[in-house]
Order: sequence, then structure tokens, then C-alpha cells
Amino acid sequence: MAERLSNREGIKGMANPTRYGILRVAYWLQRLSGLGLLAYLIGHIYETSTILNGKAAWDNMLSLTETPGGHIVLVIVIGMCVFHTGNGIRVMISEGGKGVGKPGQPEYPYRASSLNSKQRLCIWVSIALAALAMMYGAGVLFGN
Amino acid sequence: MATVTVPKEEKTAVVTSPESTQKTVTLRIARINPPESTETKFEEFKVPVQKWTTVLESILYVKQNLDHSIAVRYSCRQASCGSCGMKINGKPRLACYTKISELESNVITIEPMNNFPIIRDLAVNFEQLFSTHKKMKPFIINEESEVNSDTKEFIQTPQDLEKFLQFSYCIKCGLCNSACPTMATDTSFIGPQGLAQAYRYTADNRDKGKKDRLKIVDQSHGIWRCHFAGSCSNVCPKGVDPAMAIQLLRGYLLGFGK
Ligand code: HEM
Ligand code: SF4
Ligand code: FES
Repeated sequence: MAERLSNREGIKGMANPTRYGILRVAYWLQRLSGLGLLAYLIGHIYETSTILNGKAAWDNMLSLTETPGGHIVLVIVIGMCVFHTGNGIRVMISEGGKGVGKPGQPEYPYRASSLNSKQRLCIWVSIALAALAMMYGAGVLFGN
Repeated sequence: MATVTVPKEEKTAVVTSPESTQKTVTLRIARINPPESTETKFEEFKVPVQKWTTVLESILYVKQNLDHSIAVRYSCRQASCGSCGMKINGKPRLACYTKISELESNVITIEPMNNFPIIRDLAVNFEQLFSTHKKMKPFIINEESEVNSDTKEFIQTPQDLEKFLQFSYCIKCGLCNSACPTMATDTSFIGPQGLAQAYRYTADNRDKGKKDRLKIVDQSHGIWRCHFAGSCSNVCPKGVDPAMAIQLLRGYLLGFGK
């Protein structure tokens, strides 16, 4: 009860990217892709460790990724990788205080200069690069 | 002698009573009265609105004409006192600064702001925001104060002023803390309001207390919990842009800023 009356939004609110513009969407995608990549990395280490059990075990594991489902997972991993890197570089530069605008005299209607067009462009470019890489990856994986 | 022609009275105009043409909207207001009732119930009220009617005015209309028991905090009615923050159609906004017409909806849902404990209905508790604000040492720290008779006043150029001016526009309304995704889960996070104020004084060239202040923000629930989701700056009604202040402060801590 105390928790509800404290009226914290909680994880549901944190994970809701719909209300506060594209930077909040980028925050959400960075978190999802970061966790996705972490899961992939762990899976990848497990997958490659099967070589310790001999060639048969390795081939058996590898065949899992050679299914349409496996290919779709890899295409998503490619997208997460590219977006996370592109957007991650934007976040690192911004969090060092660069590219977030210059303080000045606030003028009505008070547009925040940290939410500037360069920031938004970088996010869209990261999304576009991720989409292109996914299309290329899908072409290679599903093509013959 | 000059003559004045008085226009004949217009007789053809159809006179309608204001009530019959006036637009109305439905306010859905969250009601909760802890500890007696801890469930939020929504009550609906039909209110007349004009192009310029604000959400606060429509709530006051309800209080005056339909149900006076709704708890709401307000004072200045002009986006200066920071009292009337609430969640309006899902987003934290100042009720006095939000026109019904800009919401483009016939149903307006009004709830207490998130991440603040509820006192009653729309009124929330600001203790944490105020105490955190105080912890940021929101004052100029300088031994050579102007009060001494033998010292001169501090000189600041307009450029010096611009480095912190916008951050000093903060009215402590708490909208930023309510929108922040870190604030949503971390109960000890300083929050965008406090961090922006830490930068406001750090960027002031009269201030000599940066070391103390930076120690306070450079801790586990401090500045490094910001992920630059920009939601604070998206909702700030005064152009403070807390997200910018936080990144500049972080740059300063990392040695990139001056
Ligand atoms: C070039 C490669 C990478 C760059 C530039 C990068 C950059 C970043 C940055 C800047 C953040 C912090 C974002 C924030 O402040 O919210 C972050 C978060 C994260 N990254 Fe990466 N990253 C890279 C690769 C990876 C890889 C390979 C993994 C997984 C194995 C990964 C997993 C994560 C996770 C789990 C988070 C935490 C997400 C969060 O708290 O929101 N990253 N990354
Ligand atoms: S920074 Fe803006 S949103 Fe936050 S408390 Fe100050 S005026 Fe309100
Ligand atoms: S009543 Fe003062 S800010 Fe709205």
C-alpha cells in the first residue's frame, strides 16, 4: 500500500517510451538492445563452448542457427548491434557534455536545446543504419 | 457643425444564449484519500470551456459548482509558483499553464503526479524534492560576501550570466522528477531538479563551493544514474532544460567542461 501511495511509476513507467519524445524512445531501445546483446553474448559463449564436446556436438549446435528461426534471431542481433553502437556513441558524447546545446536566455515557448535536431538526427541515423544492416544481413542469411 | 451617424441597431442577428453554444468537456478526476481510502476512483464532471480555459480553471469550476471537496494545490495561476503540477492526459504538466484546447480531446484525465507521495486527490507531497534541493547547497558559497564594507560588488558580464540564467528559472514544480525514468524506480535518486540546481551554482563564477557540491552529486544515487532520456526537458514548463544541465555538469566532472 505504501508503495502505491508513494505513487512511483515503477518499471512499467520506466519501460514506457511513448510519452516524452524520441530521446526517451532511444533510451528505451538502448536498454533493450543492451540487454539483448548481453543475452546474445551469454548464449554465444555457451554455443561456442560446445566445441569442447567434440565436432558432433558443435555441428549439432551450429545447425540450430541454420534454421529460419535462427536466422531471424541473428538478423535482430545485427540490428541491435548497429543501433546500440551508433546510439551508444551519441550517448557517450552527450553525456560528456558535448552536443547538448548552449545555455542561454530562455525564450517562450521554451524549447529545450538539449533535445536539438542533431540529437534527433543521430537517433534516426542509428535506426536507419540498423535497418539497412538488418536488410543486408537477411539478404546474406536467407539468400543462396 | 460635424454630424455623427449612429449606426442603426442590428436587428437580424440571432441572439443565442451562451450556454447553448458553449463547448463542454468531461474532466475525469482521480479521487484518493489516504489513509481512509487507498483506491483511486475517477469521478467525471462536465465543464464548459472556452478557447482559453486552462485545466486549473476547469478544476476550479468543478470545485465552485459541482464538488468542492476535490483537493488541489495552486497559487499563482501563471506558471510562477510551481504548485499546480499534475498528470494531465498521461503527462505531467502545470494545470494553470495547460489550455484545454491544446489537449485536443473531449475527455481530460487528471491524476496526481507520479513519483511523489499522494496527500489527497491531486495534491502531492514535495518533502523529498525540497530536502534534496537544499542538499544541493542552492546558494553562492563565497567568503568575500558583498556584506563586507571594504569589498566591492561581484562583477559579472552578460556572458557569465548566460551560463546559469536559464537554470535559475526553475520553479520547483517537480514535473521533471515526475517524468524521469530513473526517478520511476530509484527512490534515492537526486533527480533532474536537484542536479540542474547543482549545475546552476557550479556554473556561477561568483561561487567558490564547487568541490562540496560536486561531492554530493558524485555518489551512487547521484548524477551517474542519468541516462539522458531527455524526458525532464520534454516536460519542463520554464525552459530550464535539466537534461542539458546534467550533461554539462557531468562533462565538468569528467574534465571536459570548464
Ligand atoms: C561499440 C559497442 C558499444 C557501445 C558504443 C556501447 C555503448 C553503450 C552506452 C553508452 C551505454 C549507456 C547508455 C546509457 O547511459 O543509458 C550502454 C549500455 C549498455 N550496453 Fe552497450 N555499448 C556497446 C556494446 C555493447 C555490447 C556488445 C553489449 C552486450 C554484451 C552491451 C550491453 C549493454 C548493456 C546491458 C547496457 C545497459 C543498458 C541500460 O542500462 O540502459 N553493449 N552501451
Ligand atoms: S527544472 Fe523545470 S520541470 Fe523541473 S522543477 Fe524546475 S521548473 Fe519544474
Ligand atoms: S498555480 Fe502557480 S504554477 Fe500553476
